[in-house]
This record gives sequence, C-alpha cells and structure tokens, in this order.
Amino acid sequence: MSEVATGTFTPKPGGAPITRQVVAQALMEAKLMLRNGEQLLLAVVIPVMVLIGGVTAGNAIELDLGTDRALVDILTPGVLALAIMSTSFTSLAIATGFERRYGVIKRLGASPLPRTGLLAGKVLALGCVQLVQLFIIGGVGQILGWTPAAGFGTVLAFFLAIAAGTLAFASLGLFVAGVLRAEATLAAANLIYLLLLAGGAVVLPLTAYGAYGDVARWLPSGALGEAVRTAFLDGVPAWRDLGVLLIWALLGSTLTARTFKWE
Amino acid sequence: MTYGDKTAVDGLTLSVAEGSITAVLGPNGAGKTTTLETCEGYRRPQQGTVRVLGLDPIADRKQLLPRIGVMLQGQGAWSGVRAMEMLKHIARLHAHPLDVDSLAERLGLGECGRTPYRRLSGGQQQRLGLAMALVGRPELVFVDEPTAGMDPQGRRTTWELLRELRADGVTVVLTTHYLEEAEELADQVHIIDRGRMIASGSPLELTRGGATATVRLVVTKPFPPGARESLRAALGEDTEVTLLDERSMRVTGKADPTTLAKVSRWCEENDVLPESLTLGRRSLEDVFLDLTGGLLTEGVEHV
Repeated sequence: MSEVATGTFTPKPGGAPITRQVVAQALMEAKLMLRNGEQLLLAVVIPVMVLIGGVTAGNAIELDLGTDRALVDILTPGVLALAIMSTSFTSLAIATGFERRYGVIKRLGASPLPRTGLLAGKVLALGCVQLVQLFIIGGVGQILGWTPAAGFGTVLAFFLAIAAGTLAFASLGLFVAGVLRAEATLAAANLIYLLLLAGGAVVLPLTAYGAYGDVARWLPSGALGEAVRTAFLDGVPAWRDLGVLLIWALLGSTLTARTFKWE
Repeated sequence: MTYGDKTAVDGLTLSVAEGSITAVLGPNGAGKTTTLETCEGYRRPQQGTVRVLGLDPIADRKQLLPRIGVMLQGQGAWSGVRAMEMLKHIARLHAHPLDVDSLAERLGLGECGRTPYRRLSGGQQQRLGLAMALVGRPELVFVDEPTAGMDPQGRRTTWELLRELRADGVTVVLTTHYLEEAEELADQVHIIDRGRMIASGSPLELTRGGATATVRLVVTKPFPPGARESLRAALGEDTEVTLLDERSMRVTGKADPTTLAKVSRWCEENDVLPESLTLGRRSLEDVFLDLTGGLLTEGVEHV
C-alpha cells in the first residue's frame, strides 16, 4: 500500500474568532428556520393571516375592543407580538428538540463553538427571523392603514419589548425542548402557542378580555402583547409589562439551567 | 465508566503514539464508544485520568476542542441541511479549514452536495461525518466505526484517506469491529472486551503469537476414524489438533522446524492425500477467539 505524504492534511488546528463562529451559527440556524415549511407557516403565514383576517372581519362587524383606537393600530402590534412569540418559543423549542434528537448539538459540542456561542448564535438567529417578520407584518399593516406612533421613543420601546419577550419565551422554549422528547416538544410547543394565541392576550388587548384581562397580563403573552402595543400606540416603554417578561425570563432560564441536557 | 449498574469500561489503560493509527477493536458493546467519548470530553470518567494532547478533556475542553476532530457514530447534522452546507458550516467554525470542495471530492461527496442530510445514504452520511471531523485540520482525530455501513469501495477510499492522514502527521484513533480494518490500517491495536483491555500490540505482534505455529491441513477425502488422536500422538503433547470439519484440521502448537514434516509424514503413513497444507500466522480473528472464547462478530450488547 502506498502512503504518500501530500501535506493536504498537515495539522493546522484552531477555532475561528468567536464572533465569526457565532455569526456563522446564527445565519445557519436562521436559514434553516426560514427554509422549513412548517416553521415559515408559523413565523410568517399565520401571523399575516391573523392580521388580514382580524382587521377585515373586525371592521366588517364593527368589533369593539373597548378603546377608541383604530383596529389596525391595535392588531398590528398584537400580531408582531404573536410573531415574536412564535419564533422565540415555538420555533426555537421545536428546532432545539430535533437538534438534540439528531445529534446536532452533540456534533457541535465537538467543534470549536462553545456552548455560550451556540446560545448566542440561537438568539441572533431569532433576531434575524424576527427582522424578516417585522418587515413583512409591518408592510402588510401599512397596506391596511397602520399608523404607529412616530419617534425614537417608539423604536426604543419596541426594541425593549422584543428583547424582553425573546428572553422570556426563548428560555421557556429551551426548557420545554430540554425536558421533553422531540415529538413531545413539537406537540407541546404548538399546543401552548395555540392556547396563548386564543387566550393569552397577545393579539387582542387586555381590555378585550374583561376581568380575565387582569390575569392575562401576568402571562408572558399578555405582557409581551401589552409592551408592543404600548410601544406603537403611545411610543413609551411599558415598564410593568417588561418587568413581568423579565420575571418569566428569570424563571425560564433557571429551569433551563437546571434541567437542560445537551444530548 | 458505569451506566446504572452496568460497567461499560473498567480499568482501561491505553496510550496512543503521535502520528500513528491506533485501532480500538472489540465486539459491539465492548466499551469502544464509551472510551472514545471519554477522550472527547462527552463523558466524565468516574475514576482514573484521561489526558488528550496533554489536556484534560473536561477541564481544558476549550483548548482541546479546536485541536481534535471527531467523527460520531451516525447522525450529527440537521435533517434538512444540505451535505455541502453542513460541511461548510463546520469549516467556518475553524481558523484554517481545508478546502471543502476538494475534501468533498476526495470523499466522493461531490454528487450529493445539494442533497438534504436525511436523504443521504448511510455510506454518504458516514463520509460526510468523516469530512466534518477532518475539515478543521486537527492534530488528532477520533473516528468511531468509520466504515460501518460502507460498500467495499467506500471502505478502501476511507482507508487510503486515513493512511494519508498518518503520512501527513495526523494521529488517528479509530474504533472498529472489523478485524480486517484493524489489521490493514493500525500501527497499534488494542482489543477490548466487556470494558477491559485484553490485548495490545501491533498487528504483527498480536498475530505472531510467540513460538506458536498454526498449520492448516485440508485433505481430499474424509479423515479416517481416530485421525485427530493419531496426529496428535505423532506431533507430541505440546500441540493441539482441532478437527474443523471432516476434511480439514488445524494444528496449533510449539513452532518447530520438524512440525510441517511430521504432519506430512503422518499423511503418508495414513494414506491421506493433502489438498493443501499451510503454515500460517494467526489472524487477528484467531487471537480474538483465543482471548475471549467468543466470536468478534457475535459480541453481545452489554453496555
């Protein structure tokens, strides 16, 4: 047998700079998420349908949500909140559940990418997908006549809402993905999403729920919905709702840190 | 290493020389993967110490990981990711990766580059797994059952590649339950069974078996009754004669210049016409048989 030293494989090991690794991981995950049909349905198609359907039907039946604001101005932020929730919670949980199942996390565990880098990559990937969602849903809202509050306050308040909402839902999503098997994660993440969509005060404001609204605002969905609505309706951060989200984030990350298994 | 009350790997001591190919050979469930995963930092040893490139795989994980390449036993990629996309992704995590296109070409992955991982054949997934282990230009690669499920040609290609790695100064540690693979490739073979090392050495050292000779005798018609006993008597007490079937026997015993001649004379005296009479070194399979009393391929799962 011939054994030729070609020098092709001469060792030259080393990890890429950490920022490059994190960006590569984020782009890869975002790409896979947007390419997956079910994930895309959840991330873009359902929110857009809820927005168009909600505004059209609501205006036709003269829906009264207990405020004097235009329906589209209330529903567009609500749908944006829904989109943030679906990406950070449902999509992340399902993707992570199957990554565990398929040994992707194990494989990456043997690469130079550290676990903190993997987590950072995931959060950044969520941000990328959310940016796509913002453009599409915001665009559709504009066509339907959405007029958000103008100014820097709105941008800041929206950014804080996205950040707090993503932290809360992502930590809860990872918790679910870490304790359940992949199929059970798929089922649970979708079920919780549907329950929160219907009764979580995310798309519709608290005022639409009557007395139950006082309960719903303590849910992460209600808090995120209120935070995004306040940002676009009033142009100010909803500190109380942001606080509720951070409490959920604390709870979620504590649970995740205690229970998550990488394999 | 124990899982529940099962001990998978127990008191295993082995070291690997730089720039060599080391094979960890054993039946399924012998503890090969557990041993490798302990070196890769996936598992924390309950007792003893593991040092890889002088580093502790758990405590020094961060320094160690960029320097090693790992090929897992199956899976390790998103189901929807395309083969080349996955390889490029792993390449991006490294500072000086190999050229992914020529690596893919070498491993015959060129045609399936755009195929989603879940649609790759078992052999293609194996080759992609090997490519992912090599793309970061590691000093040391751990390959777990690299040719399991490959066709003979894929196996040859993989062997050639592993030899080329060694020639280029990469240290290779592989697990296998193919004796042929260990015999063909490895500089050092460690045979483990039930979590314990039962033999170590180069394939030659292991098969030479000291002063033991093995003679295989195949004859044209069935042996006469009592043939085994009479041959044994002719050869002396130190030899063992095994009737393999009605027309072949194996003689193992002390090597002696007269052994072959004695067997030949016995044939003449007993009016037996040999079809073949071969003096051979033991195969690794013989070694394994002698050591464990069981067949390698019939190993039972007991991890």
